[in-house]
Amino acid sequence: MGVNLQVNGKPVSLSVAPDTPLLWAVRDELGLTGTKFGCGAGLCGACTVHVNGKAVRACQTVVSSVDGKKVSTVESLSKDNSHPLQVAWVKHDVPQCGYCQSGQLMQAAALLSTNKNPSDAEIDYAMSGNICRCGTYPRVRAAIKDAASMMRKA
Amino acid sequence: MTTNRRDFLKNSALTTGGLLMGVVLPEAAQSAGTLHTPNAWVHIADDNTITLMCARSEMGQGVYTALPMLIAEELHVSLQSVKVQIAPPQAVYVNALLGAQITGGSTSVRDAWEKLRVAGAQVREMLLSAAAAEWNVDRSVLKADSGFVTGPEGRKASYGHLAEAAAQLPVPENVALKDPKDFTIVGKRTKRLDTPRKVNGSAEYGIDVKLPGMLYASLEQCPVIGGKVISFDASGAWNLPGVVDVVQINDGVAVVATSYWQALQARQQVKVTWDEGPGAALDEKVVLEKTRDAFSNVKALPIGKPVGDAQAALKDAAKVVSAEYISPMQAHAPLEPMNFTADYADGKVTVIGSTQFQQGAQGAVAAALGLKPEDVTVKTTFLGGGFGRRLELDFIVQAAQISKAVAKPVKLIWTREDDMTHDFYRPMGVNQLTAGLDANGKPVALHFKVASQSVTQRAFGLPKETYDPFMGEAAVAGYEIANTQHDLHITDTGIRVGYWRAVSHNMNAFANESFMDELAHAAGKDPYAYRMALLQNKPRFANVLKLAAEKAGWGKPLPKGHSRGIALMEGYDSYMAQVAEVSVDGGGVKVHKVTIAADVGHMINPDTVEAQIQSSIAFGMSAGLKQEITMQEGRVLQTNFANFQVVRMNEAPKIDIVLVKSTEKPGGIGEPATALVVPAIANAVFAATGKRVRKLPLTAQAIEAA
Repeated sequence: MGVNLQVNGKPVSLSVAPDTPLLWAVRDELGLTGTKFGCGAGLCGACTVHVNGKAVRACQTVVSSVDGKKVSTVESLSKDNSHPLQVAWVKHDVPQCGYCQSGQLMQAAALLSTNKNPSDAEIDYAMSGNICRCGTYPRVRAAIKDAASMMRKA
Repeated sequence: MTTNRRDFLKNSALTTGGLLMGVVLPEAAQSAGTLHTPNAWVHIADDNTITLMCARSEMGQGVYTALPMLIAEELHVSLQSVKVQIAPPQAVYVNALLGAQITGGSTSVRDAWEKLRVAGAQVREMLLSAAAAEWNVDRSVLKADSGFVTGPEGRKASYGHLAEAAAQLPVPENVALKDPKDFTIVGKRTKRLDTPRKVNGSAEYGIDVKLPGMLYASLEQCPVIGGKVISFDASGAWNLPGVVDVVQINDGVAVVATSYWQALQARQQVKVTWDEGPGAALDEKVVLEKTRDAFSNVKALPIGKPVGDAQAALKDAAKVVSAEYISPMQAHAPLEPMNFTADYADGKVTVIGSTQFQQGAQGAVAAALGLKPEDVTVKTTFLGGGFGRRLELDFIVQAAQISKAVAKPVKLIWTREDDMTHDFYRPMGVNQLTAGLDANGKPVALHFKVASQSVTQRAFGLPKETYDPFMGEAAVAGYEIANTQHDLHITDTGIRVGYWRAVSHNMNAFANESFMDELAHAAGKDPYAYRMALLQNKPRFANVLKLAAEKAGWGKPLPKGHSRGIALMEGYDSYMAQVAEVSVDGGGVKVHKVTIAADVGHMINPDTVEAQIQSSIAFGMSAGLKQEITMQEGRVLQTNFANFQVVRMNEAPKIDIVLVKSTEKPGGIGEPATALVVPAIANAVFAATGKRVRKLPLTAQAIEAA
């Protein structure tokens, strides 16, 4: 037993049961609590992380499936909020309760990694799996566009 | 109304616990040198670390920023330089509008508006007096600014230096407050203090709490709310790895394990035999029948004072219009599922997590564990949404009971399914309205009746047959009608009910504003002009109605297939009008744009006012268009976001907001837009289709059937 992977650039070894969801492994075993539990069914997006650069729902991803892979959580964006998405999120004061925002940010980061200038429709398509009960959607949309603009200029 | 609410809560056993507590020092300040506490709101350490106490929970609504803004304004410190801490349970932090330390009812700013400015000014004056004494100069020549007191001959001392002496001085009773025109913080668009932590994963919510040696619990509760354990077989659970204990508490059987996932897996192997209790006979049809029966079975309680003689005027009216509106039960479904962490040891317990009701948590845990309130420490994290669900204490008590049973720190985490099926649901509401119109179509009589269940009876022991002011919210609309009568019929259907964002504004504004549209239609008048004609002596109502209509382009051409609906309401001392622009096809309602004009009185942080309106639109749309709680044999059928759907990004409309500049006392803004967006949409759907949906939610099927 034991799953070896990279989390936020560091090698880690997990000794949990192989069918444990990645969500609970990163939260409870690795202490990376930025990734949130919202539904446990892949319906809300609060647990969104990247596996080899792609956005996945950590509650639906068992740890055995990420053996040898690279996992990134919200903590990987930056600690000092210097990532363009964080800069834009702060500029637009996007979060309210904030609970979904880690997932929103990681979903947005995956979008911008493949689309440098997303349209409204493309943002809607990419982000509609991420629920925000506080309804921050207009600000999420504005912040993604702002971050995309910053990243194009950088 | 305010006085009544306070009296209810005063009578509650839950709220008496915390009042005897001594001052609890904020942790942030404790770590920053010797702490001085001129008053309960301001803590100043020797090293000039200034901590402002926020007596309300931060659940997204922005109190963590708005309330310190009020203190900082009078204390003359920049907001970015201060630390903020959520207050522990303590009498001084009681919400005067609710009579307990509660975050709810869109009261935070209204309660704080004078209190916190006075608190800031008191400390400023005490610091100035301390400096005057130290330097032996007249205090009128001193200035307090940016954390320093300055005086003649270049004298300068930090608040931290002066704090020890200041804290010994008597608290001045009468302090001069700034003229609002001199405000430098209040009223300015201000960046939220909690945002930085909410974009890098470091903000701590209840679910993130970790204590040394902490175990995790998952709780199997009766599928019928209120049911009790008869017996259980946990042999299947004990076979699984990580299981430390299986314990029975009042609400069910908890599995305690070394990780959450292990606890959940093992919990699913516990076989419980339940006494389901009377709840097993309930479903939404029974609830509707019982609620409607209240019109004939239960004596009416007057909402407000009758005007004229509505019954006589109805008899004389040229035309009579009647309609019944139904608002279904709703779950709160904040995105952070219910959870709490408890650490019981040696007759004391600390509970940490997301709560809207610190004082209640203290009292309820003390009662459940047989402790004195002062032996219960309550710490509040950020809340992953509240919406009224976290006014309830069930999950806090459960965590404490489990921790006591295993004598270890325990974090109890509910699943989403637990959360959805064990909520305190928004009660069903049935509204029956009758109006009499004169020959010109003008309303001359209105009889408004609402039947629903009292949350205040359930939560705070309001005696039966007593008026529940929360149930009268938005019942009496702003319109000038010569003869009106408003009746409340309180029933108890057996459903476990709770306060849900905007509470009874939801059912009452849906009924009133849909009905006003029906009257306009019956009179052959434009819905905007019809309303405006009834607001001649109601300037704040008329102003927001006009502003919303103008901004939305009321009466101007629209894209093909689009229609507009308008609605107007006062709630929480805030005046608001909304115009919804929709189109309808076989798939249901598409909301393209919502225009809001709001007069919320004096604003603290206008950006937060806008954010709360944006938030409320999505929340209200989710309920109005998609959600209802239904049941089979007492089991709630909605279990997760697949069958309890919420508005997502692709459905989020464009939102235009017009804010009225005002020097009136602040109104609440966390909730009202939630209630008003639903009738605005319903009226737009009528304009689009000619179909009047009187039973929510406004689904494609409901429109088809109307």
